[in-house]
Amino acid sequence: MKDDAPGAPRTTPIQSATFSNPVNAEIRRAAATGIYDIRGGGAKRKLPHFDDLLFLGASISRYPLEGYREKCETSVTLGTRFAKNPIQLDIPVTIAGMSFGALSGGAKEALGRGATLAGTSTTTGDGGMTEEERGHSNKLIYQYLPSRYGMNPDDLRRCDAIEIVVGQGAKPGGGGMLLGQKISDRVAEMRNLPKGIDQRSACRHPDWTGPDDLEIKIMELREITNWEKPIYIKIGGARPYFDTTLAIKAGADVVVLDGMQGGTAATQDVFIENVGQPILACIREAVRALQDLGMHREVQLIVSGGIRTGADVAKAMAMGADAVAIGTAALIALGDNDPKWEAEYNALGTTAGAYDDWHEGKDPAGITTQDAELMKRFDPVEGGRRLNNYLKVMTLEAQTIARACGKNHLHNLEPEDLCALTMEAAAMAKIPLAGTDWYPGKPGTSY
Amino acid sequence: MQSFDLEAQGLRALNTTLHAQAKDTNQTAWEIVNPKGSHAIAVGLDAPIEVNVKGSTGYYCGGMNKQATVHVHGSAGPGVAENMMSGTVLIEGDASQYAGATGNGGTLIIKGNASSRCGISMKGIDIIVHGNIGHMSAFMAQSGNMVVCGDAGDALGDSLYEAKLFVRGSVKSLGADCIEKEMRPEHIELLTELLERGGCDAKASEFKRYGSARELYTFNIDNAY
Repeated sequence: MKDDAPGAPRTTPIQSATFSNPVNAEIRRAAATGIYDIRGGGAKRKLPHFDDLLFLGASISRYPLEGYREKCETSVTLGTRFAKNPIQLDIPVTIAGMSFGALSGGAKEALGRGATLAGTSTTTGDGGMTEEERGHSNKLIYQYLPSRYGMNPDDLRRCDAIEIVVGQGAKPGGGGMLLGQKISDRVAEMRNLPKGIDQRSACRHPDWTGPDDLEIKIMELREITNWEKPIYIKIGGARPYFDTTLAIKAGADVVVLDGMQGGTAATQDVFIENVGQPILACIREAVRALQDLGMHREVQLIVSGGIRTGADVAKAMAMGADAVAIGTAALIALGDNDPKWEAEYNALGTTAGAYDDWHEGKDPAGITTQDAELMKRFDPVEGGRRLNNYLKVMTLEAQTIARACGKNHLHNLEPEDLCALTMEAAAMAKIPLAGTDWYPGKPGTSY
Repeated sequence: MQSFDLEAQGLRALNTTLHAQAKDTNQTAWEIVNPKGSHAIAVGLDAPIEVNVKGSTGYYCGGMNKQATVHVHGSAGPGVAENMMSGTVLIEGDASQYAGATGNGGTLIIKGNASSRCGISMKGIDIIVHGNIGHMSAFMAQSGNMVVCGDAGDALGDSLYEAKLFVRGSVKSLGADCIEKEMRPEHIELLTELLERGGCDAKASEFKRYGSARELYTFNIDNAY
């Protein structure tokens, strides 16, 4: 910055923290177009997260396990409450529901390949079950969504579990929109809609209106599938205590809790950034609901929304989760937002690592698109290999932390293995502030 | 005819028995007695059998039906024939909310009235109602046909796509993007066939057709409200 010119004294120009460059840019964009921003990718603002927690490794008061030699189990069984055939997974990291339509068929195949190699499950999404995913996913969870796009009793019978989606972390209370650009002939056929028009996904289920209805709906699904398949209920992280309580009351075998860092294929930016709670704030409340009903570990809890590393996995499990699910991280592992496509991301007005206009169908990586030419760029076999590698790394990372805490199973991690770096994280996660035995709101204590 | 006492034998046994019927079963006629408003009666069927339910049913009777004919000799609770794929569900009495919701195919015939949200998100099913239907019916209806011999409640066809709605009586109000459309000869022909299939004592010429203005097909800020 050049020195002020001689003359009258002036104040140094300072960028407003409130009206920052990104905020101003969005105001200008809105003024120019008259349309709010629609995008994918989940919340981008910095939120309290697992990074705000640390593990307390063992010293004298705790006895560690040897990091590279002693066994640390990672398996998890989901759906032990009512289902005849619970899901057995080798690792507690699953692939979250992402729709065919939002993702290409090749991407769904790669998710199935990678998850099967790693010994875990994948999940369908809005748009129905594809042969690519069923054919390559050893354990496939079939989402039962408000839109019921592609809902088919034959597919219901050939899945391994059913996930009733009530809410999504990126947009609790919100529906979806698959823009017409991505409605190919195949997507249109699967969804019973004309090609090329925007497809709206409802924000609520069409044939039930509350938890009492949901209980009956679950009974219908169980009757149709001979009570064999676990029933998951997915809720957005908004009111986790009450929603978990009601999901259990309705008969869930598994509760899937998705925080606001969770991804979405397309929704309003204002929704993604301003509705819902971070997963850090949701887990202990959901666990409290399970414990209050005597259902912790009887009804399993899967948490999702910004899970990235084995440390995140271990922290979620220490807080009481049985497993985690990844969506955005899986897409990055497959190759989305890879810097090798930087020139093309630049041409789309963005950069590798920040591309989030998945709804436009122009993904240079060929993953979040239905464009036949772009899809050719993506190799499902290689994508599956990369996802398997990533899942293995996450698991190894979680195991090495668990061993340092003296645990021979990831499920033996507990809140006492954690401390919080910030007051906010301590309050939200109900984990003591580092160096203390206190967290805000702890019963019987005051600041 | 095979007879099944639901009160004595239980729902699980009923659905297990009906699911066990193969496509070439010779046990094609079934009678269910003592339904007493039970939920999930005859759900997930996938064989060309005829099931007569002697009484009224609770939620989701005939849900996700394929091939079968489910005949309810009474009234039906919420969500009757939801997500039906093919076959026929026939209700002698009235139907509660969400009748035929998200149905992909087949025919739902309601000889009485249907409550709110009839045909919500329908995706190819044909719904024929002898009486009236309630508010928000055919909300986001994608394809298929709805015939209403009586009156329709508020917000008929809100946000619908390509489903065709035929109403003989009054419509209290139309939902977003739903408009009255011309009855052309092909619609008269279609409606005549539907009325005949539904056993309706009505003439196609007495009906008005409603469909999508197609202004919500692509997101446009000028259509926001």
